Amino acid sequence: MNHIVEMVDIRKEFPGVVACDDITFKVKKGEIHALLGENGAGKSTLMNILFGLYQQDSGSIYLRGDKVSITNPNIANDLGIGMVHQHFKLVHNFTVTENIILGLEPTKAFMINTRSAFARISDLSKQYGLNVDPDALISDISVGMQQRVEILKMLYRDAEILIFDEPTAVLTPQEVQEMMKIMRGLIDEGKTIILITHKLREIMAIADRCTVIRWGKVVGTVNTEDTSEEKLAEMMVGRKVLFELNKKEAHPRKEILSIEELSVSGSAGRKGLKNFTLGVRCGEIVGLAGIDGNGQKELVEAIIGLRKADSGRIMLGDEDISTLSIRERIETGLAHIPEDRHKHGLVLDYTVQENMILKTYYREPYSSKGLLDWSFIYEHAENVIRDFDIRAGEGADSLARSLSGGNQQKAIVGREIDSNPDLLIAVQPTRGLDVGAIEYIHQRLLEQRDQGKAVFMISLELDEILDLSDRIAVIYNGELVDIVDADKTDENEIGLMMAGGKRGVAT
Amino acid sequence: MVDLIYQLFPYAIAFTIPLLITSLGGLFSERSGVINIGLEGLMLMGMFVGAFTITRIEMTNPATAVWIGLLAAVFFGALFALLHAFACVTLNANQVISGIAINMIASAVTVYLARLITGSGNVQIIRGMSRVTIPILSEIPVLGRLLFTQTYATTWLVLFILAFATFLLYKTRFGLRLRACGEHPHAADSAGVNVYLMRYMAVMISGACAGLGGATFIVTLSGEFNGTAAGLGFLALAALIFGQWKPWGILGATFFFGFASTIANVSQVIPVLSQIPGIYLKTFPYVITLIALVLSSKSSQAPKAVGEPYDKGKR
Ligand SMILES: Nc1ncnc2c1ncn2[C@@H]1O[C@H](COP(=O)(O)OP(=O)(O)OP(=O)(O)O)[C@@H](O)[C@H]1O
Ligand SMILES: [Mg+2]
Repeated sequence: MNHIVEMVDIRKEFPGVVACDDITFKVKKGEIHALLGENGAGKSTLMNILFGLYQQDSGSIYLRGDKVSITNPNIANDLGIGMVHQHFKLVHNFTVTENIILGLEPTKAFMINTRSAFARISDLSKQYGLNVDPDALISDISVGMQQRVEILKMLYRDAEILIFDEPTAVLTPQEVQEMMKIMRGLIDEGKTIILITHKLREIMAIADRCTVIRWGKVVGTVNTEDTSEEKLAEMMVGRKVLFELNKKEAHPRKEILSIEELSVSGSAGRKGLKNFTLGVRCGEIVGLAGIDGNGQKELVEAIIGLRKADSGRIMLGDEDISTLSIRERIETGLAHIPEDRHKHGLVLDYTVQENMILKTYYREPYSSKGLLDWSFIYEHAENVIRDFDIRAGEGADSLARSLSGGNQQKAIVGREIDSNPDLLIAVQPTRGLDVGAIEYIHQRLLEQRDQGKAVFMISLELDEILDLSDRIAVIYNGELVDIVDADKTDENEIGLMMAGGKRGVAT
Repeated sequence: MVDLIYQLFPYAIAFTIPLLITSLGGLFSERSGVINIGLEGLMLMGMFVGAFTITRIEMTNPATAVWIGLLAAVFFGALFALLHAFACVTLNANQVISGIAINMIASAVTVYLARLITGSGNVQIIRGMSRVTIPILSEIPVLGRLLFTQTYATTWLVLFILAFATFLLYKTRFGLRLRACGEHPHAADSAGVNVYLMRYMAVMISGACAGLGGATFIVTLSGEFNGTAAGLGFLALAALIFGQWKPWGILGATFFFGFASTIANVSQVIPVLSQIPGIYLKTFPYVITLIALVLSSKSSQAPKAVGEPYDKGKR
């Protein structure tokens, strides 16, 4: 057989979970092989084993027919395996070049030979159309570019087998298109790709075969030609997934969030917000569409209090919250699902139950007379875990860090929705979630709306915005382009507005 | 006034140098991701080993005794730092607590040994390092008098080490890897860098440097070991932060401390300064440090992963 990678009967247990339950997984040379599975199914774990970050408890790995033992990433590198992790591994204050050559630095008279490294990286960048500036600092470049740096890191090491762990979760739709092109280019150059993704459309568009795993077990491997998105979803979740949302008519009432003439300056290199005015009413979901970097981040941070507004007012109900502290804003009825789950969402070294009370620990019933009520906190966390199907080896006692990426996301979403806020600011609420979980979160957001609460959703996924919102606001260059009813518009129109065209003018 | 500066300068430099080299040691350790509060204890170890070695051999080898003493201090400093590395890197201990332990062990062990040897607890050397005036260079107007007259060889050695360390950190493979370990050890690890090994080496370098710093202090300024490093190690640590974890920043910070402390020390004999109560002059450098630290804390250049034991399994 021309299998380049064969992982046979791989087993890996963590406290309380079997992450990989005798998984057999085979990849042919020159193919794009997708790995699909629910959050916490064991995809990242399986790939970390192949890359030498974890050791399997039992089972064996064959590479190009030979049995190998990959005990650390160095060996994986030597064997031609490279991996782009779900959370990038880049040193933020190093240049692109320094990050790429780290560990394999070319030297000349004891000095790092930056010139030759630079030339090699420029060549690779050109050959694969990666368009990376080798001199830029990592902290100055976009997430999409950082990802291309990770790809260059693999190519620089002459990797032949490239593992991508959810590469598109952090990308804008435009960047996703580019990414797919890059992947095809890699295949043309003779590389083999293993792709983990939750986006069925991407699998159908680019993968040759797809292996589905559920609860650490392989469900099956299929050719993408012989299957469909629906069938893949069913294989993965074990039941039919409704791609249609059960969306009733909205009954919006009085305005709860009024943003009036808000101006916010952006952080270095970003545009900020200019005279932005928008209202969100009780009982509706307003979606904010826009290309990344057009002021969404500044808007959200100004509303929740992470960033100071230069001018303008933010009203929540009858109260001007623009000068309140973050805690006061939360107490007024605000909740927030942050864009970056590690930076603003979780304390990774706290347990799940501790993370559940980050915003409420000081309040009854979580604490009384200054003491935390642990049995109540535990109970509460277990409830959220059950409701949102958060898969964690040791339940409420698991460290947030030990959760899979998608389950970390579910924990945050669960915490915020569970607090039953008057206004929920949801930034990319379903980032990194599997289709089943997305379906559930969407239902919950609609439920919030139907109970007369307001949801303000910021997403880069146009589909999500169109499906879920009642009204859609479009932001461009820090300004509101227009706000339209979701059922009176379509993808094309929104797309044009996202590029700055006013409604009716461009069409 | 000008004369005063000419007079003070050699003392200020002499005071700066032990601080500088110790701080530079701390830089290696912290840039690799290991906090080193133990600089004080490592310096003390250097002071003791230096003084002790010199007293043993200065009768028989008067010409080389000082240098052998310095060398011994370097060696034992590195060896003693191995303990800190073992606790922090291999045992994943809390780095601050390990550092405090280093300080406590150092002062206990050195004082105990000193008492055992001399009875009084002080180890006094007979001849320290002699000052030399560098020919030709000392003829340069102004600078010649400030920098090249009455200098110690250790000053030039330490400045050379500073330049070499800068080269090492920013131009070589070793430096790139070391800095990566302090910023993002997981990135370093997945690029094939042995984080544990790098941190061991860095902590031992910091021990060697602090040992040299302690012994330099003995042979140039104090002439005797008396059971305490008098907070010099902590001052070096402050200089490391003040200097934003950069070699040339450290040079500036330690020189500032050196000059300010020298002024405070001699203020009583200088008419202009004797008006000011000594306490103000003595606290001046520390107050400035506090203010500087507050001001710079927003844009702190501290290595991102400093203080975190490296745990492979963590993701
Ligand atoms: N280091 C660890 N310690 C404890 N449990 C772990 C660890 N790594 C993974 N797990 C557990 O193993 C299971 C599988 O995790 P894994 O990260 O492989 O999931 P995944 O399929 O990549 O999910 P996602 O799509 O959400 O990223 C999860 O239940 C997770 O909690
Ligand atoms: Mg994963």
